[in-house]
Amino acid sequence: MNNSVTNTARLLAAGLRALLVLTLVTGVIYPLVITGIAQGLFNDKANGSEIKADGKVVGSSLIGQSYNLPLKEGQETPEPDLKWFQGRPQNGLGTNSVNTQYKLILSGATNRSGDNEELIQWVKDAQAAVVKDNSTADYTVKPSDVPADAVTSSGSGLDPNISPEYAEIQVHRIAEKNGLPVAEVQKLVDEHTEGRTLGFMGEPRVNVLQLNIALKELVAKS
Amino acid sequence: MGPVLAGVLQLLALIAALALAYVPLGNYMAKVYSSDKHWRVEKWIYKGIGANPDTEMRWPAYLRGVLAFSAVGVLFLYALQRLQGVLPGSLGFSSIDPDQAFNTAVSFVTNTNWQSYYGEQAMGHVVQTAGLAVQNFVSAAVGIAVAVALVRGFARSRTGELGNFWADLVRGVVRILVPVAAVAAVVLVACGAIQNFSGIHEVGQFMGGSQQWNGGAVASTEAIKELGTNGGGIFNANSAHPFENPTPLSNLFEIFLILVIPFALTRTFGLMVGSVKQGYAILATMATIWLGFTALMMWTEFAHHGPAFDIAGGAYEGKEVRFGVGGSSIFATSTTLTSTGAVNSFHSSFTGLGGGIAMLGMMLGEIAPGGTGSGLYGMLIMAIIAVFIAGLMVGRTPEYLGKKIGTREIKLAACYILITPALVLIFTAFAMALPTPGNSMTNSGAHGFSEILYAYTSASNNNGSAFAGLNADTQWFNSTLGLCMLLGRFVPMVFVLALAGSLAEQKPVPATAGTLRTEKPLFTGLLVGAILIITGLTYFPALALGPLAEGLAS
Repeated sequence: MNNSVTNTARLLAAGLRALLVLTLVTGVIYPLVITGIAQGLFNDKANGSEIKADGKVVGSSLIGQSYNLPLKEGQETPEPDLKWFQGRPQNGLGTNSVNTQYKLILSGATNRSGDNEELIQWVKDAQAAVVKDNSTADYTVKPSDVPADAVTSSGSGLDPNISPEYAEIQVHRIAEKNGLPVAEVQKLVDEHTEGRTLGFMGEPRVNVLQLNIALKELVAKS
Repeated sequence: MGPVLAGVLQLLALIAALALAYVPLGNYMAKVYSSDKHWRVEKWIYKGIGANPDTEMRWPAYLRGVLAFSAVGVLFLYALQRLQGVLPGSLGFSSIDPDQAFNTAVSFVTNTNWQSYYGEQAMGHVVQTAGLAVQNFVSAAVGIAVAVALVRGFARSRTGELGNFWADLVRGVVRILVPVAAVAAVVLVACGAIQNFSGIHEVGQFMGGSQQWNGGAVASTEAIKELGTNGGGIFNANSAHPFENPTPLSNLFEIFLILVIPFALTRTFGLMVGSVKQGYAILATMATIWLGFTALMMWTEFAHHGPAFDIAGGAYEGKEVRFGVGGSSIFATSTTLTSTGAVNSFHSSFTGLGGGIAMLGMMLGEIAPGGTGSGLYGMLIMAIIAVFIAGLMVGRTPEYLGKKIGTREIKLAACYILITPALVLIFTAFAMALPTPGNSMTNSGAHGFSEILYAYTSASNNNGSAFAGLNADTQWFNSTLGLCMLLGRFVPMVFVLALAGSLAEQKPVPATAGTLRTEKPLFTGLLVGAILIITGLTYFPALALGPLAEGLAS
């Protein structure tokens, strides 16, 4: 009995020593060396791929933002500022416990299933809003034109991209609100559309923040 | 090019990359576990441990090593979380509550990486890198060690000796996981994954104001999290978070990391038992199931049946634009057919059938190709069951790789395949029958049941992914899921090592004309069939109530 207790204790002590040594290797040396290499070789990326506009940091090219009007008195959810290209909706995240509307970049999804009543309503509302917001005097958006990414929230809730189709249907609205020719806005979208990596990886996409920065420059010039 | 074609091309590129890595990595791992030389750094480590790496262990001693090391791992990680509030480098986060600390400690030691906490809101730098990420390495190395012990059981005769646990553990970490993870981490940073130790800081926004960012050793964690089939992310959104998985290329690379060791281990196995063809048969079985599941997943996700997706025109809820449906589907089946559980899109918002495919992948026991090590030993257990079934058909004593599958062996294999289904079904039944656990559901109806079934399936099979609508941070779920993870990891290991010991003691049986040729396609077919039928019969009623009911209604 005594013998087996001593043996167990000896074994656990060996286990603890093994853990401590391996913690030194994999939990201290490894992350520090990688951090050193990362900071040395890819300083910008290792720190979050920040982008600047007018010399000021305005976010990360990898993290989505909201482009809303300031909250009016008594308002709970802000309205989108339609002068700017809009990203994927955060409607589902409005009632998600992790949502902070990008203030703290807490990530998470709605986790609603395809037959969930709330999700069905959010999708319907989002679709109606996209149709209404983007139809102008000489351009009508049909519900069937609205792509899926425009009416669903992403996995991280921080998706920096939209599909080229969603950017496309915002062109007329952006042109109208900013007093720009449609062709120029269209050209801007085309320039900021990124194809699949090597032609087949992922999906074509438009980075909303970069597009809006370019739009701001265009507005300032004209 | 349409998204479907692009998805198929991504799958082909992935297969090509895995095929290129298969022989070199498989050969290298066989050398690592067969060599009698020690690297200098390993000698220092053995000195630190106070263990002689050349002592051969019989199965009880090997098992004691596994259990002692894992027990210490749980206690250490528990203590680290409980003390977080007073540790430096904790980003101001407080200590974790006892039930959640227990759940998380067990979760990372068992290679599950179920997370009932929000990563970026709960764990500081010290716990993330010196606690959780360390277990990403060592739990994977423990899995490979146990698999290698079983392979030695087949390869050796008249001895009962299975190798030295400490040597297998240390070599797995030092010679395989650290070097590959280091390269992978740098690749991920080059794609845009972050790697810094900043605190929570403010960054300006386009519309004015600012957002708060967490720093973190994200790329270094991400690399081993996928390579070791762990899956526990720094951020709550896991590999859907742009800082963990920034581009379509990093996405494909992460899937590659998940699959590369489990597939290549079949080569290691073939070499160690003296017939690479036996390894190919196991590989073919794993690849058939993985490919079949991925094709089914892509089909159902592109078809996007379900009321909300019909209106939206695509199953894009919970998916990122840069990955699309194709990149998300491949990731989802790869993560659930291994013990990874990392996600780049949220399984709860997949179509009804898609969620069911993810669940079924785990229910197979995560063997196609499965977790690092655990996939190989799980698959070899199924191979024993398959030769036993074949033996019954023709009335012969079954044998596999020159070893008789007698009463003792088949009992151990049968116990192995019973333990996880028992955990999943019993605990799901209790959670559904008791009044309070159901309050954690986000969705109602069939999908609500699926949330709970998914949770116990994921925990008992050491996966770690979730139908994350379930609020699992309750005392009930933290403790029962923790228990499932512990039992689902270590009880099967007891059976595997006992089996390895009994195989290693046997003398080899010479192959005769009546021996089932286990390196032939016929056996692969038999094995695939046995796996699908056994799992199907076990779980069909539960699946019918959850994902099938949801999927067939829409």
